[in-house]
Amino acid sequence: MARIDGKVVLISGGASGIGAATARLVVREGGKAVLADRDEAKGKALAAELGAAAHFVPLDVVQETSWQAAIAATKQRFNALHGLLNAAGIGVRNTIEDCTLEEYRRVNDINSLGTFLGCKTAIPAMKASGGGSIVNISSVLGLRGAAQAMAYCASKGAVRTLTKNVALHCAQMKYGIRCNSVHPGYIDTPMIAPRLAQNVGNMSGRQSLEAMHPIGRLGRAEEVAYMILFLLSDESTFSTGSEFVCDGGLTA
Amino acid sequence: MVVIDMSNELSGRVAIVTGGASGIGAASAALLAEAGASVIVADLGEGSKDKAIGRFMPHDVASEDSWRTLLADVLKHEGRLDIVVNNAGISGGAGNPETTTVENWQQVQAVNSEGVFLGCKYAIQGMKHLGTGKAASKGSIVNISSVAGLIGSAGPTAYTASKGAVRLLTKSVALHCAEQKYDIRCNSVHPGGVDTAIFNPLWQAVGHEQGKAFIGSRHPIGRMAEPRDLGEVVLWLASDRSSFVTGAEFTADGGLTAGIGRALLGTN
Repeated sequence: MARIDGKVVLISGGASGIGAATARLVVREGGKAVLADRDEAKGKALAAELGAAAHFVPLDVVQETSWQAAIAATKQRFNALHGLLNAAGIGVRNTIEDCTLEEYRRVNDINSLGTFLGCKTAIPAMKASGGGSIVNISSVLGLRGAAQAMAYCASKGAVRTLTKNVALHCAQMKYGIRCNSVHPGYIDTPMIAPRLAQNVGNMSGRQSLEAMHPIGRLGRAEEVAYMILFLLSDESTFSTGSEFVCDGGLTA
Repeated sequence: MVVIDMSNELSGRVAIVTGGASGIGAASAALLAEAGASVIVADLGEGSKDKAIGRFMPHDVASEDSWRTLLADVLKHEGRLDIVVNNAGISGGAGNPETTTVENWQQVQAVNSEGVFLGCKYAIQGMKHLGTGKAASKGSIVNISSVAGLIGSAGPTAYTASKGAVRLLTKSVALHCAEQKYDIRCNSVHPGGVDTAIFNPLWQAVGHEQGKAFIGSRHPIGRMAEPRDLGEVVLWLASDRSSFVTGAEFTADGGLTAGIGRALLGTN
């Protein structure tokens, strides 16, 4: 038996990076993957590649109505919702001195409000499906600070505690819905392009990032996807409200 | 051995305390003033003015214009800035992940998260730019987060997320200031249940004494904190006694998050 046979998983940011890698694993392990993304071309292409077990829906994570439409489309296509991966997010470099209020709000809206709305709209659909698992992508920067990622740190700190709040609410209500956060280090995805372009001393951006990780390299999206797959599956049914770190030793 | 003069140890220092007219803010303002600091109590509305310890300035932490005005006024009147206590905050009511509206979420983030972001940004501006001939500021920024910034069961959903943001924002600010060699420290404080107006809805529902006893019984130490308990933590972080402390988390919660116990505040 495959690891998540028959489970329907909605993936925000499913067209690229960690979201896309997870979609591939979900389908490989017997699940259905709904790729929810703003990038329609990329999302549709990946859904077509993955076949009948995958489906694309457009999603703007900061719009509650967009989430409602995505959940409705998921139920229509696959009749249930068992898993939600909140992987959509943006990485922006700024410090406390150069970040504007508008930028602070934009980063927090996409990363933190977007994750909240995903949890909020998924809970009723998961209840109706007999329970489920929510996985929120936070970051190592939701555990440790970084001077050059001020707004991002704040948004990922919010995701970290929001996750626990959702987990405890669902546990108290006996919904059979779990909620956990995943804290990746620097993963080789389009999100870290701005950081890769930044030389540090005589090191290239990539070299400096590799040196930050004791394991000596960047993470691969599928390495995070395997952790997410575990959390989405029934292998992790006693884990809720917890933090799962996948960072090559960065925070050790 | 470094000897710190404990009387008037903050004399000559200038402190802004947001939400300084009541609760943890008022207790912090009183203790900072007692230690010799000039305190600016920045709070909403003229109504709070009479109770203020220090100089009152009407201030809305969620408004960038209000921060600009406040900082300009302090630099004009007091001539410097050394301490900012980002204390103003709201609970936003009792929303859980299913009932919290986008409007409520944004209202809470505007005060608790954006307000602290702006507070740190303008604090650094004020602390960096001192006139010639003035002693350099050894700045200290103290951000009031919550046990809700550490654990998930201690508050409403939007509040919990906002306090998690403050926890990490604090570390980013601390590291930036350290890297820039500004001599400005930044730390977060995580109170458990404190007898302040943030619990007014509960007091109204069950009565002050009964509500206080209920929440107190949920803390291993057996009582709620008084605002002064937290004011002491703020004073320590604001003063040079904590000069090697930055980017750190200070929990003052009567043991609430120390271990595994009964259900926590039960306000979720």
